[in-house]
Amino acid sequence: MLRAQQRRRLMAGATATAALFTQSAVTIAEQSARSDENMRVGVTDISHRVYDLHMLSLWICVAIGVVVFGVMFYSIFAHRKSKGAVASHFHESTKLEIAWTVVPFIILLFMAIPATKVLTDIYNADDAALDVRITGYQWKWKYSYPKEGVEFFSSLRTPRDEINNLAPKGENYLLDVDEPLVIPAGQKVRFLVTAADVIHSWWMPDFSVKRDAIPGFVNETWAMVPEPGVYRGQCTELCGKDHGFMPIVVRVLPQDEFDSWIATRKEEAVKERELMAQTFSMEQSMERGKGVYEKACASCHQPNGEGIPGAFPALKGSALAMGPMEGHLDIVVHGKAGTAMAAFGAQLSEVDMAAVITYERNAWGNNVGDVLQPIDVANFKKGK
Amino acid sequence: MGADHHGPAKGLTRWLFTTNHKDIGSMYLWFSFAMFLLGGTFALVIRSELFQPGLQIVQPEFFNQMTTMHGLVMVFGAIMPAWVGLANWMIPMMIGAPDMALPRMNNWSFWILPFAFTMLACTLLMDGGAPNFGWTFYAPLSTTYAPPSVTYFIFAVHLMGMSSIMGSINIIATIMNLRAPGMTYMKMPMFVWTWFITAFLLIAVMPVLAGVVTMMLFDIHFGTSFFSAAGGGDPVLFQHVFWFFGHPEVYIMILPAFGVVSEVLPTFARKPLFGYSSMVYATASIAFLSFIVWAHHMYTVGMPIAGELFFMYATMLIAVPTGVKVFNWVTTMFRGSMTFETPMLFAIAFIILFTIGGLSGLMLSLAPLDFQYHDTYFVVAHFHYVLVQGALFAIYCGVYYWLPKWTGHMYDETLAKTHFWMTFIGVNTAFFPMHFVGLAGMPRRIPDYALQFADYNMLSTIGAFITGFSQLIFVVVVLKCIKGGKKATDQVWDGANGLEWTVASPAPYHTFSVPPQVR
Repeated sequence: MLRAQQRRRLMAGATATAALFTQSAVTIAEQSARSDENMRVGVTDISHRVYDLHMLSLWICVAIGVVVFGVMFYSIFAHRKSKGAVASHFHESTKLEIAWTVVPFIILLFMAIPATKVLTDIYNADDAALDVRITGYQWKWKYSYPKEGVEFFSSLRTPRDEINNLAPKGENYLLDVDEPLVIPAGQKVRFLVTAADVIHSWWMPDFSVKRDAIPGFVNETWAMVPEPGVYRGQCTELCGKDHGFMPIVVRVLPQDEFDSWIATRKEEAVKERELMAQTFSMEQSMERGKGVYEKACASCHQPNGEGIPGAFPALKGSALAMGPMEGHLDIVVHGKAGTAMAAFGAQLSEVDMAAVITYERNAWGNNVGDVLQPIDVANFKKGK
Repeated sequence: MGADHHGPAKGLTRWLFTTNHKDIGSMYLWFSFAMFLLGGTFALVIRSELFQPGLQIVQPEFFNQMTTMHGLVMVFGAIMPAWVGLANWMIPMMIGAPDMALPRMNNWSFWILPFAFTMLACTLLMDGGAPNFGWTFYAPLSTTYAPPSVTYFIFAVHLMGMSSIMGSINIIATIMNLRAPGMTYMKMPMFVWTWFITAFLLIAVMPVLAGVVTMMLFDIHFGTSFFSAAGGGDPVLFQHVFWFFGHPEVYIMILPAFGVVSEVLPTFARKPLFGYSSMVYATASIAFLSFIVWAHHMYTVGMPIAGELFFMYATMLIAVPTGVKVFNWVTTMFRGSMTFETPMLFAIAFIILFTIGGLSGLMLSLAPLDFQYHDTYFVVAHFHYVLVQGALFAIYCGVYYWLPKWTGHMYDETLAKTHFWMTFIGVNTAFFPMHFVGLAGMPRRIPDYALQFADYNMLSTIGAFITGFSQLIFVVVVLKCIKGGKKATDQVWDGANGLEWTVASPAPYHTFSVPPQVR
C-alpha cells in the first residue's frame, strides 16, 4: 500500500518537475506506467507489441515450468525411499522421446511467428518524416538534425554532490540531462545511430528502441511516439569510466511546438556563429570556459584540473597547458591518437574552444595570462 | 621396480613434477577453488558498491576493473579448471584407464595456470589499473582506449588457452585410446561423454580466442587496424570472432554439468538414467548448435534482418535438445526410490534453477524482446542462473558425490546440507531480483543506478554476502573429510554403479594398472 502511494507521489512529482522544466503549456504525460518488477509497456505501437510478446513468452515459460517442476515435485514427495518407494527399472521409451522433441518444437513456432512479425516491422525505417543523427561520445550524446542544421550535446545533469552522497538525490537521479533530444509527436522519426570513440548503445525503453552506436558505422532505427511526454533511458553498452552516467532523455512535443522549438534553435545557431567575430575579454572567456570545461573536460581531467593519476593527465601545472598556445590548441582540436583524448575540433564551436583553452591556461593557478580568440581557432583549423 | 615407484613422491616435488592424474586433478580443484574465492571477493566489492544508490566504496574506474576481473577469474579460473580437475580425477577411473594418455603434458597444462592468473591479478597493481573493459573486452574500448595492462591480459589469455587446449587433447586421447576392454562408446558414463564432446568444443574455439586477442595485440602495438574503423577495420568483426569463441565457451562450462547430474540422479533415485542414448545425441546436438548461434549476443549491433532471423531461429532450436535432457532427468526421478544426500540436493537444485536460466534464455533468444533485455540485469540474472546455479552447483554436486572416493571418509552430512541450503538461499536472493531490475530497465556494468532500483539491489547484495560466507562452510566440510570421519565403503552410495566404485576408498594412487573387463 505504502509503496504504491509513494510511487504515485513520485510520479506526480516527476510530472510537475518535467512541466516546470519544459515550461510547456501541454500536459506532459509522464513515461508509461512503469513497474519495479516487469518490462514497461511503453508508449509506441512497437513497444506495446514487444510487451505483449514478452508476456506471451513469459507465460509459456511459466507453464512449461509448472508442468516440469510439478512432475518433479510429485516424484520427490511420492517416490522417496523413506516412504518405502521401490524403484522401477524402466529406462527407455521411444514414444516419449519423440513426443518431447516434437511438442517443444511446436511451442517454439508459437513464439517464432509473432517474433518474426514484430522484428520485420522494427526493421522497416522507411518513410520517416524527420531524421535525427545520434552520436555517442565518452560520455555524452550528440543529437543533430542534418536537414535543419541544428546540433547539440546532451550530458548528465545530476550534480556530482548527489552522486557522492553530499546532497539528497533528486527525482530523476542519474536520468536527467542538460538538453534532451526533442522530437515531434505522431511522426515517424528515423534515428541514425553512430559513435565517435568507443561503442555505446542508445536505449529508450518506452519506445522499445535499442541500437548500438558503433564508430565507423551508421545504424538505422525509428520510433513513432503518439503522445507528447518526457521519456528516459540510458546507455547500455559498457563504454568506459562514466558508462553509468550518460542518460538519454527524449522530449516529445506536439508538431507546432516542435516547429517553433527547431526555429529557435536555428536562430541560436546563427547568433552563435556571429559571436565568432567578437573579441572576448579574460573575464568573459573564463566564465564561458568554465562552463565548457565542466561539460566537456571535467569527467576525465577532473573539475580541479588534477586528472586521475595513471589514467588521465593533470592540466593543473602541466607543461602543455602552460606552454606555447600552438601545442595546446593542436591537442584539443585534433586529440591524441592512441589515447582517450578525443579530437574536440568537431565537438566544440570556435567560441567554446577558445574559451575552454583560455580557461585551462588560466585556472587553478596556471595563470599563463593569454586570451585565445574564436577567430584564432578558426584560422588554426583552416591552416592545418 | 621398488616400492617408491608405486607411491607418491615426498615433499614439494611431488606436486611440481607429478604426472599422476589424481594429484593433478586435486591441484586443479584446489586452484579453481582459490580462484573462486578471489573472483567471489571481486563480486562482493561490486555488490557492496551497489548496496545503495550513489558512489560509496569505489570509484567507477575501479568498479569496471572489478566487473572485468570477476568475469575473467570466474570463467577461466574457477569454472573451467574445476571441470578439468574433475575430468582428471574421474575419467580414467570411469573408463578403467590407469592414468591420462599424456601425463607429462597433463602436468604442464596445470602448471601454466598459476602463472597465467598471477600475471592477470598483477594488473590490479599496475599504472592505469587492471583491464576495465568487461570480460567480453569489446574493441575499441579494449584496444585504442585500454589501459596499458591490456598487454598482460592478452598474454594471460594466451596461457589459459594453451592450458585448455592441452587439457582437452589429453582428455580426447585418453577417452579414445585407454577405455577398458568392452567399454564401447555407447557404454561410457554420461560424464565421460559430455567431457568428450566438451573437449572437441575447446579444441575448436580456444584458437579462435587466441586469434582475437592476437589481433588486439597487433592493433595496439603493431599498427594494424583489425578493429579500428578509422584505419578501415571493423569493431563488429571483434564481436563476431569473440562470440564464435564465446558461445561454445558457455557450453564448455555447462556440458560437463549435464554429465555430473546424469551420474548423480540415477544413484540416488536407484534407477537407471532414462534415455541414455538420447542424452548422448542431445549433448552432441547442443554442441553442434553452439557453433551457429553466436550472433544472438549481438542482436543490437545492426545486423541485416536475415541475419537476425537466422540466429534467432537457430537459438530457439537449442531449447529442443536441452528440453530433452531436462525431461529425461525428471523421468529418471519418476518412480525411483529417492534419498536426498547433499549431491542429490545439488542435482535437484541444478535441474530447477538451470531450467529457470534456460527459460529466460529462451525469452532472450527472441530478437525483438532482446532489444529490451540486451545488456540489462535480466541478462545478468540469466547467465548467473546457468553458470552459478547451473555449472557451480553441478561442480559441488560432483565434489560431494566423489569426495568419499577421494578421501576414503564420508563427509559431515549435516554441515554439507547446511552449506547447500545457505548457498541455495544466498544465490536465489542475489540473482532472482536481478530479473526484476533488469526488466524494469537497469543496464548492467554500471556502478550507480536510478532510485527506482534501490530495494532489489539491496536484496541482491544481502544474497551475495550470504552466498560468499557460506562457502567457508564448504572449506570446513572438505578439511574435516580429509582428516577423518566415517570410513567410506568401496561403493560409497548404495545406488552407485560404474567402474570408479569398484576400486577401494580412498582410491589407491594407481588404479586399473590391469584393465578391468566391462561386460
